[in-house]
Amino acid sequence: MEFNENFILGCSAIGAGLAVIAGIGPGVGQGIAAGYGASAVGRNPGAQGKIMSTMLLGQAVAETTGLYGLLIAMLLLFVKPLISK
Amino acid sequence: MMPHMLLANANGGVDFMIHGIFSYEIFGQEVWITTSHVCLLIVVICMLIFFFAAGQVFKHAKAVPGYLQCALEFAVEFLDGIVNGAMGEKGKGFRNYVGTLFLFILFSNISGLLGLRPPTADYGVTLPLGLITFSLIRINEVRYNNLWSIWKDKCSPLPPWLPIWLPINVIGDCAVPVSLSLRLFANVLSGTVMMALVYGLLAKIAIGWPAALHVYFDLFSGAIQTYVFCMLTVTYIGSAIGDNEETVLKRMIRRSKEKKAA
Repeated sequence: MEFNENFILGCSAIGAGLAVIAGIGPGVGQGIAAGYGASAVGRNPGAQGKIMSTMLLGQAVAETTGLYGLLIAMLLLFVKPLISK
Repeated sequence: MMPHMLLANANGGVDFMIHGIFSYEIFGQEVWITTSHVCLLIVVICMLIFFFAAGQVFKHAKAVPGYLQCALEFAVEFLDGIVNGAMGEKGKGFRNYVGTLFLFILFSNISGLLGLRPPTADYGVTLPLGLITFSLIRINEVRYNNLWSIWKDKCSPLPPWLPIWLPINVIGDCAVPVSLSLRLFANVLSGTVMMALVYGLLAKIAIGWPAALHVYFDLFSGAIQTYVFCMLTVTYIGSAIGDNEETVLKRMIRRSKEKKAA
């Protein structure tokens, strides 16, 4: 069955929207990391600098999965791999 | 109007793509000079000027430092601190690499403030950085560990005579440069896209307030990602070296000398 190019583009847009849902995971993870960071600073205010850098490092690593989702969305929208040229 | 032209045509255009400037043929292959080459060149020239100025400051260093010398000393101490914190004494040889990496990525990320398209928003720039780090990790693993301990490490959760886990560990090692480079690339690209959307779709009301977004997407996010890239590089190299104090070659030479003496 032949599909219209516009139909495939529309489906790609829906897929891109679904792919960005991947942002939920890093959001939850970064929030948890920030919460524990705050409680750690509350318990030991002297080590604020070290806690901060550790927290930011962990958050940046956790952010990666969300960024992969973003990347997939970008590829679907702008590189359009599903349309044969 | 084609549907995929919707974004490109809205209000003067959302434009964050890399554009070709001119093409030439080399070995029958068409090669393009793109906007990211130009931005990279500008960034590198700025870095050269900065480094030249910094070198002049350090050449005429004073016992009571001025503002510039103070800032530079702080920067060098910070960069050395990244390496020393993760690797200790062994990290001496990696200070140059990590410092260069840090400043290059930082300058590239911040160049979005000057209206350039950040060179790190091009996967062709970040993948080589990841591959350099990857080769450093593997080379230092071989330099500091003998082959038996590398084999044991690669089979690690299971005993060394049962290498079922080996392929998974190898895949995990090979994913390091990809994840390192994709993290940096996707972060900077997302910032670039957001700024392009703001300037493209909200062009009529984008006066003044996008500066706050620039602070987040270019300065904060860029600096964090730079720090993360360097931190992870150092951590990976440190864990590849392990607890060994000297290279395999040095150890063998020392042992043979001890044997001769005995």
